[in-house]
Order: sequence, then C-alpha cells, then structure tokens
Amino acid sequence: MNKTRASGRTVGGLRTLSLQAPAVTLLLLWMLIPLGLTIWFSFQRYNLLMPGMTGFAGLENYQYLFSDPALWSAMGTTLLLVGWVLAITVVGGTLLAVLFQQDFAGRGIARVLAISPFFVMPTVSALVWKNMMMHPSNGVFSWVAETFGFQAVDWFSSLPLTSIIIIVAWQWLPFALLILLTAMQSLDEDQVEAARMDGAGPVAIFFFITLPHLKRAISVVIMIEMIFLLTIFAEIFVTTSGGPGLATTNLAYLIYIRALLDFDVGTASAGGVIAIILANIVAIFLVRMVAKNLED
Amino acid sequence: MATLELKQITKRFDDTDVIKGIDLEVNDREFVVFVGPSGCGKSTLMRMIAGLESATSGDILINGERINEVGPAHRGLAMVFQSYALYPHMTVEDNMGFSMRLAKVPKEQRRQKVLEAAKILQLEPLLDRKPKALSGGQRQRVAIGRAIVRNPSIFLFDEPLSNLDAALRVQMRIELARLHEELDATMIYVTHDQIEAMTMADKIVVLHDGVVEQMGSPMELYHHPRNRFVAGFIGSPKMNFLDVSLEEAGPEGVRIRLPSGRDCTVPVDGSELAVDSPLELGIRPEHLQLDDQGPLSGEIQVLERLGGQTSLYVQMGELVVTIMADGDVAHRVHDMVRFGFDPMRAHLFNSEGTALPSLHQHPLAGLTRRDHRQAAEGSNQ
Repeated sequence: MNKTRASGRTVGGLRTLSLQAPAVTLLLLWMLIPLGLTIWFSFQRYNLLMPGMTGFAGLENYQYLFSDPALWSAMGTTLLLVGWVLAITVVGGTLLAVLFQQDFAGRGIARVLAISPFFVMPTVSALVWKNMMMHPSNGVFSWVAETFGFQAVDWFSSLPLTSIIIIVAWQWLPFALLILLTAMQSLDEDQVEAARMDGAGPVAIFFFITLPHLKRAISVVIMIEMIFLLTIFAEIFVTTSGGPGLATTNLAYLIYIRALLDFDVGTASAGGVIAIILANIVAIFLVRMVAKNLED
Repeated sequence: MATLELKQITKRFDDTDVIKGIDLEVNDREFVVFVGPSGCGKSTLMRMIAGLESATSGDILINGERINEVGPAHRGLAMVFQSYALYPHMTVEDNMGFSMRLAKVPKEQRRQKVLEAAKILQLEPLLDRKPKALSGGQRQRVAIGRAIVRNPSIFLFDEPLSNLDAALRVQMRIELARLHEELDATMIYVTHDQIEAMTMADKIVVLHDGVVEQMGSPMELYHHPRNRFVAGFIGSPKMNFLDVSLEEAGPEGVRIRLPSGRDCTVPVDGSELAVDSPLELGIRPEHLQLDDQGPLSGEIQVLERLGGQTSLYVQMGELVVTIMADGDVAHRVHDMVRFGFDPMRAHLFNSEGTALPSLHQHPLAGLTRRDHRQAAEGSNQ
C-alpha cells in the first residue's frame, strides 16, 4: 500500500486514505450520478411528447442519432468553431502580448482595455455584437461598409459561422493575451540582449527566443480554451439560434434542440454521451501534449 | 588587433547622469577591468560599448573608427552576461552556434567552429545537453564559448563570476586568465570584486558615481592610490583611515601628529599644503605591525584567526582599526596592544580626499600582468 516517492516521503496508507475518502467519494458521486443517468436515459425510450412510450430502447437512440445528418454537421461545426477560435486567439494573443510588452505611453490603460472583453458575460457580448456591430442596417460594420461605398453584409444570414467565430474569438482573445502577457514578463531580458549581440533582428528574436519561451503558456491557453469552446452555447442561442438551417448548430446546441425543443430526452442523452466521448478524445491528446511540454 | 577608445562619453537616464564624461583607451590585447561599487555606472559603460545602450554624447571608437551608430551585432564584440543568458530551449551546440546560424553559415562549418571552441573550454561531452542540465560553472563556460565562436575583436564580460560559489570562482578566474593568453584578445571585464580586478587585470579602471577615479595597473592602484576612494576600494580588508593633525609640511615630507600624541614623518610631497589643514592618514591592515614600542595602541575587540593570518579589530578611541597580523599571535580579545607602521607605507589625504604624491615610486607599481607573462615565457626558453 505504501509507496515511496523520490523525495523519501511515503504516500498512501490506511490513515491518509480514510482522511481522503469523504472528499473523493463526494466528487465521485458528483460525477458518476449525472454520467450514469445520462447513459441510462440514452438507452431509454423517453420522449416527453409521447408519455406512453417508455421502456428499454436498446441502441435505437444511437441508431437514430447516427443516421441523422444533423449530428455530423454539428460535430463539424463544433470542430470548426473550436479550431478557428483557437487559431485566432493564440496567434492574435501572442502578437498582442509582444505589442503590449513594448513600452509606450498609456500602456497600463491599453492593457486593461484589451483585457476587458473577458469580463463581459457571453449573452451580453453576443447581444451587443448582434444589435450594434453586425446588424445589417444599424450596425457599425454596415455603417463603415456604406461609408466606403460597399454593400452592407448581413452577417448572421450570409456568414453565420464566421460571425459566431468572430464573437467568440473577441471574447477569448483577452484570456490568451492575459496568460501570454504574464508569461512574456518572465522572459529574461538578458537573453534578448544576448540574441541581439548574436545578430538577431526583431523577427529572429520573436521566433528563436520569444516563441520558444511562450510554448508552455500557449499549450496551457489551448487546453483551457478548448474545454470551454467545446461547450459554446449562449452566443449561438442569442444570435442565430443554430441557424440558418444547421449552419451554426454545434454539439451543445444540438443536444439542447433534441432535449428542450423536441422533448426527446433519450436522443438528447445519446448526444450527450457522444459529446462526452468527443471531449475525452480531445482531452487525451491535449493532456499528453501539455504534460510533455511541462516536462521539459 | 583591436583597440577601443572612449572620448568624453556621457549617459543620462531621464534626469540622472549615470556616466559623466569618461575618457578611456584600451590597447590591443589588454585585459581591462572596470571596477567600482554598485551603481557606479560600470555596467552601463560596458553596455554602451556593446551597443545595447546608446551614449548620450561622446564618441566610441574601435580601431579608430567611430561606431556610435553601429548596431550591437556589427561591432565585432561578444559579451558574456552575468546571468549567462543561455537560450534554455537550445542545446549547448545550438547555443554556441546561434550567431552563425543567424549569419547563415553552413551547418558543417558551424559544427567545426563550435567543436573548436568546445575543445578550448572542455565542453565536448556536453554539446548535446540543454543548459538546464548543466552546473553553474559549465553554463559559464558555454556562455564564454558562445562568445569565442563569434571570433570577436573585443570580449566583454559583465560580472561573469558573481553567480558562482567561491571555489568555482577561483577556478574560473584562473581559467579566464588562461583563456586570455590562449586567445590573445582584447578583453573588458566588469566586476565589483576587487580581487578579480587585482588578479586578472592589465589595467584597472576604478569608477565611482560615473567618473573614473583612477586608471592604472593593479600594483599602481594598490601602492599609489590617487584618492581616498580608490585607497579604500582597492585592497582587502579595507584601508584604515585616521584623522591626524599637521605639524610641519614641506616638499621633503610631512610631519603629522598621531591621535596618540606622537609625531611621525610621512615621505610625501606636502609643499602645496596650507597650514592647519585637516589630514587623514591611510594605512593598510597588512602594513600595521604589532610592536610593543609602537606609536598607536588600543583594545582588541574581535579576533579572527584564518590560520596563516589573524585579523585584529582594535578599538582606538572612537575608531576601530583593522590589523592583519601573523597567524600565531597569542593575543586574546580585550588585550591592550601597541602597534606601529613603516611611514613609507602610509598614505596621506588632504581635506578633498586627494592623496599627497608619494616621494618614492614603489618598485612594482609599473608591473602589469603582461610583464608576468613575458617573464615566464622568457624563463621557459
């Protein structure tokens, strides 16, 4: 039972286990009961509109779901959304972090302003973007377009997923900036100067010194953002409601449609199980990547 | 071949003058040490030479060419940083070859040069390691190696040994001196440690508050400090300073009255002295001798036995005087001791802190480390 760590301390043992047990048990139940219920419902015939039809359904819910093109489209949308937002926030966040590391007048205020979108709640920011920025007739974008003589774009009907990506990226860019800026500050100034003496220009310093230094922070940003981006819901609900058609329906929104618009708890639960599996596959890759990065 | 010349260099940060006009000449293959207390501007001066900091006014010349506007990479200099500043994600080999990689030197040639430098520094077995897996001394050597591969005309060292422990510092000091001979390059070295300055320099530049207090060979600075600051800064333990009164001054010597009431004639030129001007007597601890007939006396407060030597801290009125005595002295704490000194070894400072010129030049004052080297080479043949 007792294991000895490299430090010479022992871990485990009956006494420590008994002290940990209540917390571990509580957390386990906290996780297992919802998970168990979801899996249970996913095998049940359970539609609130058809109260009479209950009972064990076998794999029927899954069969129905997998034969539904909406699932595959939702999965694609989810991955596109996560991928693009990650790309924009990481690249943008890194460049902004380098920018905000430079000394200029009003840097403190500029930093606060750049980080503030993170403190706006998703529903509010989605509403602001929908009604004030991207609105085809009242929006700032259309006003700018018309000022320069272009046709105003009806963002949510012609470029629905792009619009969602812009909104979500706007919200998460400050998070990436915040983490990367903190990491930037621990960059040894001597290293930069040594590189300058070695003949490195600003671009070489960015690629050879800054970027390797930020590698660990970037992997942390990717991991944390991924967890939240897989479950984006409010922004879609407020702006496009998953449409037009299924253009902006991601997995989370699809489950919502099945459970609370179609009242089909069984199929929604099956969708939930698939979402859990998808998240776990992503998480395994991520955890490996981050763990490897943290090691060296 | 590389010489460096500074002409009336100044540096101003916002409202503070950090460097207040420095003239300096560094000869080819010379080992010059900038030494001074923290905040004296020595690191700033080196960074200006390196090009990491711009000079507010004045000229920097390398081999007679003004290089104020030349970027740090193109001055033909290499710098070793106090923190080593190794690139943590690169192996030792990549660290050392980084400048050549930026200059797009072919891989084979790069490896060749890195191996050459690694051989000089005994780094060959470590080339594939990352800096994290190296000890402090090894990191230091890699940092020096990174400088060597650039084949610079002048090496700059910014307090390179201050992060090492005492034993390693002594070892690296010897290694640096050996390296200087082997590479035969011009080197500029910044330190706050006067032992490093004394042991390695051909020429020491003592800086204080942004001005050069004195410039000269280590022995010159030790035996003929130009003022009270240099006298106190060079030498360890620190020189003792006693307030004395002037009895009689002339070009042949100055007669002073010691705090104990006895008189003593110091062989310095006192022809410029005004009557009654306050004087300060400076004597190094190693030049004070315990002597039952000595003119000075006091009570031992602290006794430090180092084996070969014993430091005595003697209370003399308000003042504590340090004496370096033989290792075998039998005295105990609170003993009263008498001690004296050879007037030839004493220094006198006027009210401005300037040393009165000594009448006798010390025979070793002109000696540089280079003279040691040449003598040694001569005897080998």
